[in-house]
Amino acid sequence: MRIRRLMAGTAAVMTALAGALGAGAVWAQEKLGQPTDKSLGLQPGAAPLKHDAIWFHDVILLPIITVIVLFVLALLIWIVLRYNKRANPKPASFSHNTAIEILWTVIPVLILVFIAFFSFSLLRKYNDMPTPDVVVKATGYQWYWAYDYPELGVEGVESRLLPEARELKTSDRKTKPFLLAVDNELIVPVNKVVQVQVTGYDVIHSFALPAFGLKTDAIPGRLNSTWFKAEKPGIYYGQCSELCGVDHAYMPIAIRVVSEKEFDAYIIKAGGKTKAMIAAEEAAAAAAAQQAAANAAASADASATASAAAPAEADAAASAAAPAVQ
Amino acid sequence: MASNASVVHDHHHDDHDHKPGFFARWFLSTNHKDIGTLYLIFAIFAGLLGGALSGLIRWELYEPGLQVFVQGSLLDQLNVFEGKHGYNSVVTAHAVLMIFFMVMPAMIGGFGNWFVPIMIGAPDMAFPRLNNISFWLLVASFILLMVSIFVPGGPGGASEHGFGGGWTMYPPMSANKGSPGAAFDLIIFSFHLSGASSILGAINFITTIFNMRAPGMTLHRMPLFAWSVLVTAFLLLLSLPVFAGAITMLLTDRNFGTAFFDPAGGGDPVMYQHLFWFFGHPEVYILILPGFGIISHVVSTFSKKPVFGYLAMAYAMVAIGFVGFIVWAHHMYTVGMGFNLRAYFVMATMVIAVPTGVKIFSWIATMWGGSLDFKVPMLWAIGFIFLFTVGGVTGVVLSNAGIDYSLHDTYYVVAHFHYVLSLGAVFAIFCGFYYWYEKMFGIKYNELLGQIHFWLMFVGVNVIFFPQHFLGLQGMPRRYVDYPEGFAYWNKISTIGYVITAIGVVVFLIMILESVIRRRKAEANPWGEGATTLEWTLSSPPPYHQFSELPVIKDEDGHH
Repeated sequence: MRIRRLMAGTAAVMTALAGALGAGAVWAQEKLGQPTDKSLGLQPGAAPLKHDAIWFHDVILLPIITVIVLFVLALLIWIVLRYNKRANPKPASFSHNTAIEILWTVIPVLILVFIAFFSFSLLRKYNDMPTPDVVVKATGYQWYWAYDYPELGVEGVESRLLPEARELKTSDRKTKPFLLAVDNELIVPVNKVVQVQVTGYDVIHSFALPAFGLKTDAIPGRLNSTWFKAEKPGIYYGQCSELCGVDHAYMPIAIRVVSEKEFDAYIIKAGGKTKAMIAAEEAAAAAAAQQAAANAAASADASATASAAAPAEADAAASAAAPAVQ
Repeated sequence: MASNASVVHDHHHDDHDHKPGFFARWFLSTNHKDIGTLYLIFAIFAGLLGGALSGLIRWELYEPGLQVFVQGSLLDQLNVFEGKHGYNSVVTAHAVLMIFFMVMPAMIGGFGNWFVPIMIGAPDMAFPRLNNISFWLLVASFILLMVSIFVPGGPGGASEHGFGGGWTMYPPMSANKGSPGAAFDLIIFSFHLSGASSILGAINFITTIFNMRAPGMTLHRMPLFAWSVLVTAFLLLLSLPVFAGAITMLLTDRNFGTAFFDPAGGGDPVMYQHLFWFFGHPEVYILILPGFGIISHVVSTFSKKPVFGYLAMAYAMVAIGFVGFIVWAHHMYTVGMGFNLRAYFVMATMVIAVPTGVKIFSWIATMWGGSLDFKVPMLWAIGFIFLFTVGGVTGVVLSNAGIDYSLHDTYYVVAHFHYVLSLGAVFAIFCGFYYWYEKMFGIKYNELLGQIHFWLMFVGVNVIFFPQHFLGLQGMPRRYVDYPEGFAYWNKISTIGYVITAIGVVVFLIMILESVIRRRKAEANPWGEGATTLEWTLSSPPPYHQFSELPVIKDEDGHH
């Protein structure tokens, strides 16, 4: 009777576990860029790092841990059935078995080394950022985010939760999702490497975006860095992920991924300059500097010292025209 | 272990069972068993309080939108835990209560005090008065924590009571900027006192175990629970001073104008996190290691078999304790550490899975070939082994920095540490409580009530915490008073699980009440041949002073 109860309980939990752990997949249609109700797995990825993370979790980690848990569960069930006092009234008295002790030390080590192999390669990908096309600086404030495009001359775009999205009643699942929709999204171009420099103004916040696999702490006095390359236009939501006070749950991160053209238009409208404009200006400045150098060279016959100084002057002019990148 | 029948008889002949009067016995106690009982009562009280606070959390999270922590709610009218700041205070107080005032007092103060001296054949702890002050410092610490709940602590000034910066207390959130008001200063003092209490306790245990073992009780014959408390005591002794230093620096940053953690004055908030987790990671092993010891005893007792791989079990705990000191920054993968540092902490963290696996498999091997009796303590032990395995494997997932960027500070982490603590440490505590109930209190509990308690808790905590893995995978951040609709379903399930668990706790209290009213007389050894450690050679409850004549341990094979 007691054993049957024990069995029934474990069987129920096992079914739940097998159903839940085994199905890394979904039972609801997964939304891209925000959480899906009743979902069982990681949010679908929209950037290479997240794809790799999902692969590592769903293909490597989840099967391994599921098998380990089911293995332990199977052993326990076998023990309960086979070695209960009715089935086995006389207990054995062994307490050592060197071979098996070595086995259960070495096999876990091998499993961990196997995991570590993939783990390090994923960590490496996070760490090795390709040359960024756009640099964005995200600063966490109590309780909103502010975005700068330091290279493009756009500063202080404040991004706050929409008042309508603060209340369940006034929010809208499609256009203004509850606790996620903001007034000014962070706008980035599609298929470009975006470096996000993250810092905090007052307390520690954390810049997180599940669909891109991002989470980087915004710490006062520090400039952290992470990166992503968004694959599809759309709006992607994340939420502040370090306890930062009363409105910790009310400072979402929203990234709007647009085409390069739309991005350029946005930057110009915001009073900045696009990369192309900056490049053109640089080229013009360099050309002007070259012209000046040529002029100097032309009149160099008069003075030998002037011709020696000219290239240096041209260099100085060129480097002054190009703002220091990074 | 040599069963010393002669010892039992000795106690009936002498006058050692003379007990002091009520006040002197319970308020000036120097008796390890009475102090252990005080610790247990204290832990149950704090556990009920901490559990009630988690009820507020689950109530709020039952559905999207604010229900409990909102203007005009009951809490608001009571002027306690008001508004969204109140939620943060509740989360903080829940963690602090459960860690410092429930699990630690129950495991180390309660069972440690009660059974370490008896198991090693000692008459009492090495420093009985130190033992007494350890307990009362904890009471003082608890009072400071309680007072802090009613003192202004939020940025909103007088209307926001309590400290809302989480049990990790990261500055600048815990600095004046994030948490003005006296609430957090009181919490710092509370930690000073509980830290002093634990350090004194640790010194006491180490001295007792090293110097007061009975003749023949070598370290390698010492029961595993005593081993687990020994390792735990070392972890406490080495980690708490670092913690005390960190919070004292916070205190001077807040009140005396220093800038240890303030970047504006050349300090570094991340330095605090390193110091905190250098303590904080060993701390989580402090919470679970004595549980490992308890489980070993119970599994062996109810399988009627000696512990499999005794030496490996003992040294696995030593290894876990040692490695526990060099993995702390896996709590900090997102603060911006270099690649090599992160890679090191990934690898070191994974290493912990090896000695932990040795323990799990050794418990299974202990049961293998045994003659298992599924009494209440054994149910908790088997439940522990399975659920701790689930919590352990999600720990391996989280140890990978690459996946941690998706899971850090989400409900996946919440699910993970509740599986190893709420379902691990707490199951171990209940396991020990039922195992030693007759021994400690001299009365029998009702087997059926105990079983109902177990099954309600087992189902309840799984329904609470298993769905939280899904929430975490979907990206729901921790410590959120409210959440987007995409997290609604599993949060609702989780709250239903809380109700089941709460009913289980009620059954637990009924179980105690029933046994106290019925007063069924306890046996010296209710568990039979499998129970071989020294406490079962004594009467139940044991004499007020045991082992006035020391037992002699002869058995060459006495590994338990």
